[in-house]
Amino acid sequence: MATRTRSEHPPVRRGDRIFSATALGAGILILLILAGVAIFLLVQGVPGITAGRGSLSGRDSFWAYVGPFAFGTVFASIIALVVAVPIAVGIALFISHYAPRRVALALGYIVDLLAAVPSVVFGVWGITVLSPALVPIMQWLEDNAGFLPFFEGPTLTSGRNMFTAGLVLAVMILPIITAICREVFLQTPRLHEEAALALGATRWEMIRMTVFPYGRSGIVSASMLGLGRALGETLAVALVLSGSAIYTFNTLAAENSGTIAANIALQFPEASGTAVNVLIATGLILFVITFAVNYTARKIVDRRSEFSGAN
Amino acid sequence: MASTLETQQPPAGAARSIHQRTLPRYAPAAAFGGCLVIGAVLTGFGLIGTVVLGTVIYLVVIYVLSRTVESSRKAADRVVTGLVTSAFVIALVPLVSVIYTVFSRGLPVLSATFFTSSMRNVVGEGGGVFHAIWGTVYITGMALVISVPIGILAAIYLVEYGRGWLPRQIRFLVDVMTGIPSIVAGLFAYALFVLIFGPGIRIGIGGAIALSVLMIPVVVRSTEEMLKLVPNELREAAYALGVPKWRTIVKVVLPTALAGIATGVTLSIARVIGETAPLLIILGITDSANFDPFSGRIATLPVFTYYEYIQPGVDGSGEGRAFGGALVLVLIVLVLNAVARLISYLFSPTKA
Amino acid sequence: MAKSIDVSDLNIYYGDFLAVEGVTIPIAAKSVTAFIGPSGCGKSSFLRSLNRMHEVIPGARVEGKIIIDGNDLYGAGTDPVAVRREIGMVFQRPNPFPTMSIYENVIAGMRLNAKRMKKSEADDAVEKSLRSANLWAEVEDRLRRPGSSLSGGQQQRLCIARAIAVEPQVLLMDEPCSALDPISTSAIEDLIHDLQHDYTIVIVTHNMQQAARVSETTAFFNLSAVGEPGRLVEYGSTTKIFSNPDNESTEAYISGRFG
Repeated sequence: MATRTRSEHPPVRRGDRIFSATALGAGILILLILAGVAIFLLVQGVPGITAGRGSLSGRDSFWAYVGPFAFGTVFASIIALVVAVPIAVGIALFISHYAPRRVALALGYIVDLLAAVPSVVFGVWGITVLSPALVPIMQWLEDNAGFLPFFEGPTLTSGRNMFTAGLVLAVMILPIITAICREVFLQTPRLHEEAALALGATRWEMIRMTVFPYGRSGIVSASMLGLGRALGETLAVALVLSGSAIYTFNTLAAENSGTIAANIALQFPEASGTAVNVLIATGLILFVITFAVNYTARKIVDRRSEFSGAN
Repeated sequence: MASTLETQQPPAGAARSIHQRTLPRYAPAAAFGGCLVIGAVLTGFGLIGTVVLGTVIYLVVIYVLSRTVESSRKAADRVVTGLVTSAFVIALVPLVSVIYTVFSRGLPVLSATFFTSSMRNVVGEGGGVFHAIWGTVYITGMALVISVPIGILAAIYLVEYGRGWLPRQIRFLVDVMTGIPSIVAGLFAYALFVLIFGPGIRIGIGGAIALSVLMIPVVVRSTEEMLKLVPNELREAAYALGVPKWRTIVKVVLPTALAGIATGVTLSIARVIGETAPLLIILGITDSANFDPFSGRIATLPVFTYYEYIQPGVDGSGEGRAFGGALVLVLIVLVLNAVARLISYLFSPTKA
Repeated sequence: MAKSIDVSDLNIYYGDFLAVEGVTIPIAAKSVTAFIGPSGCGKSSFLRSLNRMHEVIPGARVEGKIIIDGNDLYGAGTDPVAVRREIGMVFQRPNPFPTMSIYENVIAGMRLNAKRMKKSEADDAVEKSLRSANLWAEVEDRLRRPGSSLSGGQQQRLCIARAIAVEPQVLLMDEPCSALDPISTSAIEDLIHDLQHDYTIVIVTHNMQQAARVSETTAFFNLSAVGEPGRLVEYGSTTKIFSNPDNESTEAYISGRFG
């Protein structure tokens, strides 16, 4: 036994001790930063949660104030998700299973470039190019699908509505969903794929038999990560959406629900006093929502396998 | 799935054969071309309409064609090939459109004065991004100085030292941290400095801290991946020479992973350099260059672009400057991405 | 400079799993000792315990005694890092440092420990080690090229040069030829033959002809079943083990009936 203890605790050199302690310190610092984000938002946000009418744009309580924005945030993000996920899965499949290998690498870079475009640039593009371009489509939807609450209209002629905001968000979350789906699809065991092909399956049948079952949880968590990103996206929405504090499912009209992040960006520069605390409190709500979404997504990712979702 | 395969059985009576009727190789291309023409005629030769309608008609045509000549399974396969390819083309449309818009609207604005002057005392025409470029460069630089040591050391802890419960938690929370909305990072920096300096604070170092919150997880994750790629044999070779662990990490492991780490760091810069929301909160905007990161508002390129667009001034010349700013920003990001690829291409040790 | 090693009653654990049990063996100075045996019998684990390299694997630990020239290898005051400077190791696959040149690889042991050396000293050490490793003539004119530019056999000799540049007492070799072609293997075997005049060499090998060719003493390891710990079955002079072993299982292994 004595020998065992000795070999378990060899004398540690000073250089090793200092270095490993520094590295550990950096790891713990990251936890502290994350805790700090929550704590400081709480400290500054609590006065906002208990604020009176004067700082709440005439609302009775903080919850009545933040409600429509939280609704708008989730609504815009879900539109983005509904549009982006099928396209992202398609692109990921195209890159992983359809395009020739050498082309696939280049295509991957191109999609990554989309992720690199700053959100303010997307915002400026969305307002000058995309929203006018979408107006005819909105008009068509209003005329032909107006029986759905989403397309009731009347279409806003500037196009600065929830419809455009959702599409801009869809473009912005496309790269992250694509990147993760692509990695998951590429991890499909080669033997499964070959087994399916050897049974005489066409490429599509092979994908349905092997790639999708294997990658299902990957697609789910990729979508959740995309959702997390869409929920927190600020400037692009602030520019393309003229939102206000109302609840509506109508995506085409002039009256739209705003989002939490965009509301903060629009109000913060001019806010003072308790109004600032109110905005920080809404930021806290956003933090909690995105944290929950990302937490769930990562839990799903962790359970299936190890792969990087850092970019 | 088995049922799909059963339909593969040849019709009763027909001999099993490895020959099957197939469409000629040129069929999809020819069909697509034809459908584009039909689409063009139907929509009156509008570009977008032609492509969209042409694609829809193509998917129908190829399905019917393949179903009659080949089989329903082949037909489904061909339709999916068409759909998957169009998904990729759909993604290219916004990318090309964004790049085209920014270049066509931004290029005319770029000039020597645009890069060398600030917005101080500018009303209407003129002015430039000098102050904003400066702000962006040194706020990002400060964020880099904060994030890189923390990020790399934390990654070293996770890969080289971490065992058991704590590293798993750190790794998991770092992943969650990559999803923090950027505006929340800005509010955090504000909430932090408000406690020190009081309400309404705008301070450069706060911007650097906000960006660091966004940057650290990216650096940690990419560095971690790169350290994991360093073969264990190299660590063992160093240990067997009697080299202590920390020297092995500093002199063998880090140099071997250096190209990958540099690539990751460059991409993390590219990611935060375009961040607008946190800087809007904690830095605000100003017309003149401010070189003091510890006091007062500082202009940065993304925030400049935003304000020039929403407050274009009396003659509306701000909109041009906004596109100029956006173009400079996009160029910086593109260059950073190219540099990252170049680093990983040139300095990867396997190429030696 | 070479030293003898005395191992008594050594057990090696990975976590709770007993991998090697009850090894007692003297290893003579300035000679080549070969460890042979089927896969998984613990011969590599045992080799790694001789310079405490097994400690790199989390959860690995040993019980028992290893004495090198009167010093307890696992004694309370023994620094594993210092141990490894005395007892060098060559691995299965050649592993030159990819970021370093041939020259830098050879003196890596000194450089990495921040030992100050004059340029002439370093040059001498490089030439001496490369000559000892029978590599000097082949690389003399391209010392600044990366180590990975050499062929597999040259890389392995570079690794040997790197190991002997720190002037160890003992050289441990873990299947040093298993990744090499026959010609490179023969070059390494010649080298081992030359090196035994200055070093105590312990080599693990799967190749019985190799053990017969290079070693003076051979030790046979075996395990009774998968999941059971590996044991040292017998050791003795190589001629005896290969011609007239005491143990039946040694006989069976040598004659190729299993393993």
